[in-house]
Amino acid sequence: MNTPTIPHPEAAATFLKNKERVQWHDETLWFVRHKRDKIVQEIPEWEQLRELASQIKDHTLSRLDEYLQEFEAAAISNGVTVHWAADAAEHNRIVHGIMQKHGAQKIVKSKSMLTEECHLNEYLEAQGIEVVDTDLGERIVQLNKELPSHIVLPAIHIKKEEVGEIFHQHLGTPKGASDPLYLALAARAHLREKFLAADIAITGVNFAVAETGAIVVCTNEGNADLGAHLAKVHIACMGIEKLIPRTEHLSIFLRLLARNATGQNITAYSSHFRKPVPGSEMHIVIVDNGRTTQLGREAFRNSLKCIRCGACLNTCPVYRRSGGHSYHNATAGPIGAILAPNLDMRKNADLPFASTLCGSCTDVCPVKIDIHNQLYQWRQVLTQEGYMPAAKTASMKIMAGVLSSPARYSFAGKWARRFLRWFPSLALNKKLNPWARQRELPEPPKESFREWYKKNGNK
Amino acid sequence: MRVALFVPCYVDQFYPKVAIATLKLLQHLGVQVEYPMQQTCCGQPMANGGYEHLTGSCNSNFIKAFAGYDYIVSPSGSCVLHVKDHLHDERQEAAATTIRQRVYELCEFLTDVVQVKAIKASFPKKVALHQGCHGQRGLKLASSSETVLPFFSKPVQLLQMVEGLELVELDRPDECCGFGGTFCVTEEAVSSAMGLSRIDDYTKHEATVITGTDVSCLMHQEGLIRRQQLPFEVMHISEVLVAGL
Repeated sequence: MNTPTIPHPEAAATFLKNKERVQWHDETLWFVRHKRDKIVQEIPEWEQLRELASQIKDHTLSRLDEYLQEFEAAAISNGVTVHWAADAAEHNRIVHGIMQKHGAQKIVKSKSMLTEECHLNEYLEAQGIEVVDTDLGERIVQLNKELPSHIVLPAIHIKKEEVGEIFHQHLGTPKGASDPLYLALAARAHLREKFLAADIAITGVNFAVAETGAIVVCTNEGNADLGAHLAKVHIACMGIEKLIPRTEHLSIFLRLLARNATGQNITAYSSHFRKPVPGSEMHIVIVDNGRTTQLGREAFRNSLKCIRCGACLNTCPVYRRSGGHSYHNATAGPIGAILAPNLDMRKNADLPFASTLCGSCTDVCPVKIDIHNQLYQWRQVLTQEGYMPAAKTASMKIMAGVLSSPARYSFAGKWARRFLRWFPSLALNKKLNPWARQRELPEPPKESFREWYKKNGNK
Repeated sequence: MRVALFVPCYVDQFYPKVAIATLKLLQHLGVQVEYPMQQTCCGQPMANGGYEHLTGSCNSNFIKAFAGYDYIVSPSGSCVLHVKDHLHDERQEAAATTIRQRVYELCEFLTDVVQVKAIKASFPKKVALHQGCHGQRGLKLASSSETVLPFFSKPVQLLQMVEGLELVELDRPDECCGFGGTFCVTEEAVSSAMGLSRIDDYTKHEATVITGTDVSCLMHQEGLIRRQQLPFEVMHISEVLVAGL
């Protein structure tokens, strides 16, 4: 899985070669977005809910240090062991340390984008530990040796026939079986064995309540509950931004999350974990991994409000046609494109450009993150920090020179139009001019508007 | 009332007919309008490409061209949004602020300032409207399908005044067409795929004319339509609103 990073435009072009898959990927995600539209229209106070959620998160981020300490104190008094990790490596070492302490070899893990971000599976597998992802979509991509392509629908890029083939190879289902119910039941039987044999269960955290020290995990399959209740040790991994101040605030976020994510009223399971069952252990690993850096970047701070509903991915016309893997980051789509450069500007300099800045992501966001503005701001930062190709910088300088002078602009415009008329084949060369690969150029008129206006304007 | 016509650079060079239609429409509705010859470009191509720091001289040229007017009107939502959000100049920030407040996209100028109640145009065709994203979501020319707000659309309001015009309903009324400035070249494959999806929606609903509030979105879609040799007419909304006048 440590493949070299392919820039978004190239990866997207490869994904687009399979027209049938792209059409189906686009239509499936659009269907989810449409289902979301219908259900949010049933809530007349939807816009107020978004505003309230946004304000709660803004407030929490403004006092994150205080709420983190409050949360830690409450969790410890509940009998939970709290760990702090500065980065992904420390997070992985802490999780591994807990396993070593218990001599654990078999781990079940429910959905957690944080552990994806930290590449926990790869780390543990390298130590000889079996990690089984128990979310159905996650398990499919795990068996196929892939990473999730969507934060809520991790296997959305894989068709049911392909799932049948993956299960045939790994779970021994009959070749050609593609009925979703049959395959789900096969996965269920397979995962039950893993649940029963697991030494330790890892879960993510959707919300961490500062006043009580409790965490809330939302799933549609109940796999987090099954894992955490069967294993003797439960490790919950959370980013520092998952906090909300009080239990009563959950009512806002639980109403927003599933509606905006999948068009459901609420997730099937919203499980609250507060203290370990007698005789078992509960650990919470609180992870920074670049989040305080983002908190310190004023223009990008409010990206930490994200509750990972995935709606910006579903609505993004670029994501729907390029697939999640083209973003080469644990979190794909528009939100991933504003989080990833914070972690590594050089590796992710292409992502803020994988957008038309259409603004749909911003309008769909349940906590009002100004995603498209941040994409624009990242472009400026990445350019200033020197991550753009020299050729682009040179051509932009020429363009700026031409466009800042009326005389140079008129001269260049006239010659560009003449050039297009005289050498259409050169301008239409598909290698030299990407515009022309699938599109005709505009037909250049003999006269610009300003030339026309000089003759006819004020009559 | 002094009104300036702001004609984006690529409209000036490649679509003079759109600027002429805009001028004609404004004059027909009784608006005296001037075209300041000093103008070139708003600087958006550089800024969206990550080079906002190179737009200084474009900005000061823009301010020189448009200072002193009561309104600045343009047939391009995208360029207007750029000016509104990003026109700054340390040496003349007051003038820049005034311009940012006075710049209007054509449709919003007609519905909100001129408050047009009737247009005499006649255009008996089946028309699909592509509302450019920067106009729709950025300038709020229309409600967006993501938000829970009462429906409104300034371009639709105007098109409904045109005699005989039938506006078709699209499956995805406010999906981006994939133009996106430099995106159309740097992400050519996704850009074209997005445009082709838009065109499929028009075909499915049997439109014969595609119109929109942004020439850039239309230029990209027209490029795809001509390559595919599809029988659509592509016209800016100003051209539809002056039809038959």
